[in-house]
Amino acid sequence: MAQVNSKEPILRVDHLRKYFRVSLGIVRAVDDISFEVMPGETFGLIGESGSGKSTTGHVIVGMYAPTSGKIYYKGIDISVPAPKRPRHVRKEIQIVFQDPASSLNPSKTVFDIVALPIKLYKGIKKKEELENEVAKLLELVELPPEYYMYRYPRELGGGEKQAVAIARALATEPSFIVLDEPTSALDVSIQAKIINTLVNLQRKFNLSYLFITHDLGLARNFTTRLAIMYLGKIVEIGPTERVFENPLHPYTQMLLSAIPVLTEEEEKLKPRGIASRGEIGSPMNPPPGCRFNPRCPFADEVCRKIEPQLIEAEKNHWVACHLYIKRVQ
Amino acid sequence: MERPPLIEAKDIYVGYKTYRGIMKVLNGVSFHINEGEKIGFIGEAGGGKTTLMKTILRILPPNATNVRGKVIYRGKLDLMSVSEKEMKRIRRRGLSMIFQDPTSALNPVFKVGEQLMDIIKYSRLEEGIKLSKKELREEALKLLEEVKLPDPQRVFDSYPFQLSGGMRQRVVIAMALVSARELLIADEPTTNLDVTIQDQILRLINEIVERRRLSVILISHALGAVRKMTNRTYVLYAGDIVETASSDELFSNPLHPYTRALIEAAPKLTGEGIGKGIPGRIPDYVNPPSGCRFHPRCEYATERCRKEKPPLVEVRKGHWVACWLYVKR
Repeated sequence: MAQVNSKEPILRVDHLRKYFRVSLGIVRAVDDISFEVMPGETFGLIGESGSGKSTTGHVIVGMYAPTSGKIYYKGIDISVPAPKRPRHVRKEIQIVFQDPASSLNPSKTVFDIVALPIKLYKGIKKKEELENEVAKLLELVELPPEYYMYRYPRELGGGEKQAVAIARALATEPSFIVLDEPTSALDVSIQAKIINTLVNLQRKFNLSYLFITHDLGLARNFTTRLAIMYLGKIVEIGPTERVFENPLHPYTQMLLSAIPVLTEEEEKLKPRGIASRGEIGSPMNPPPGCRFNPRCPFADEVCRKIEPQLIEAEKNHWVACHLYIKRVQ
Repeated sequence: MERPPLIEAKDIYVGYKTYRGIMKVLNGVSFHINEGEKIGFIGEAGGGKTTLMKTILRILPPNATNVRGKVIYRGKLDLMSVSEKEMKRIRRRGLSMIFQDPTSALNPVFKVGEQLMDIIKYSRLEEGIKLSKKELREEALKLLEEVKLPDPQRVFDSYPFQLSGGMRQRVVIAMALVSARELLIADEPTTNLDVTIQDQILRLINEIVERRRLSVILISHALGAVRKMTNRTYVLYAGDIVETASSDELFSNPLHPYTRALIEAAPKLTGEGIGKGIPGRIPDYVNPPSGCRFHPRCEYATERCRKEKPPLVEVRKGHWVACWLYVKR
């Protein structure tokens, strides 16, 4: 981590907001969040459905413009949708989606799917050269090209499809990839393979990842730092090891204690006395004060009225909770 | 005298007719569940877990074929050979199943209360009891209360789409409870639910089965949930039981290479990495591998594994494994 701190962040998200207007009002999907991703690291965005983690990833890759706030990539302001970004920046940021079955065109072969971004960004047109490029990419994701090049997505298993999606993301030689729950539709046996492939690729090309997941166990094994999101806010952010050894926010503690684990050693890491209760509220009218207060066993008057700001409770480990704000004061 | 098991399945074979030929899914599966016992089934998607459950309830789809074996109910009745009418009666009076996806288990155009009252009405008619509208309503509300829905009256008058995923799953559990007096089969009851909701649903199921003294079969991809909830676990791979033991023993001392790889691949909170996963995928059931069906993916496979199917042998008390590695020559 010390080494990471001396570098400039590859991505900086600054007071980002993304609201959606719907017939019944305004959905505050992402509501004023800030974080940085360092070169070569895997930064986790963790939360339940409705936390705003995927929307954050989608704004970063430029699927839509932020409502307010800024996103900087290597210092360049990219707070606009992808088509308005400079071409050389566009190719640098890629995304792998959750469901490979719907992110791959069923009527195209693996070759067509992976060759498209090569044609667009590298200007290669000759079939032979394209085949060479696609073969190289398929080898990177451990799909033997002689077997997979001319298959259709329907002929592939879930893990193989996701490997194709990763190969496609690599085609433009990006340095930053948003991984939006890339393994949540897969069996653990296949998930492990995909994650190992991602780790190898990261080492090889010094890639930076934004890893979006609801799976804390997976985040523990794959990320260097992480942020826990709840109803559009970051409630805790810090080095992965510290967050697991010393979870501060009651929501983080609730998430951890809810995980059904496999060993006694894991059982010991789970916070006690904070049983799960309630459900995540609506991002259309989030509760006043701390957004977690209706589910929090420690909530009091202050929590119901005043929104807690992030404070540094220990080195590089931040939490937005009145329990700690009081302690500091 | 020892009481016979509630259900004892012996040497079950099931195939499915497809345009490519017959998929030979269940390949001679035997298992039992005693009264009041909680057992679990684990294994990758496509291993035959749901098919096995549908076989014992006799609700296989019409393209099921070559169905063989015995399902002995309370030591006397073979459910495979009773009449359709008799089977219906047995199901209504004691055996119930919670399916994977709560959204598709509910009819979107009827209110929750109407659907629940319908099920109660026909279930009671089976016993020769005709309930009035008012009685049906009361019983439905009581069930919604039993599954701890915060506002049963409101849920009763809601359409499924007006409820969250967690609430829908509670409704589905309430429906299953109408006829669950002996056995509750929960097939992936928490897939697609957030971890804090999963935790609440599992605790709810546990409370209900304790109170009602039900036997439970839990099928789950969340290995930790099976470890925590059940007394005994079966590992199903490609239509074969490859290992079974008490859940404590199975998860702390897995023997079969498949079980070991599966448990190793599950991400741990202690952060020791996630193993290497399992190469390949569940075989094509039209042409399943000869010998041990796991051999194409097994790093220990020998000539014998390719030729002969290993028998399930008791390696230590109550711990059975079907693998040539554990058969003494």
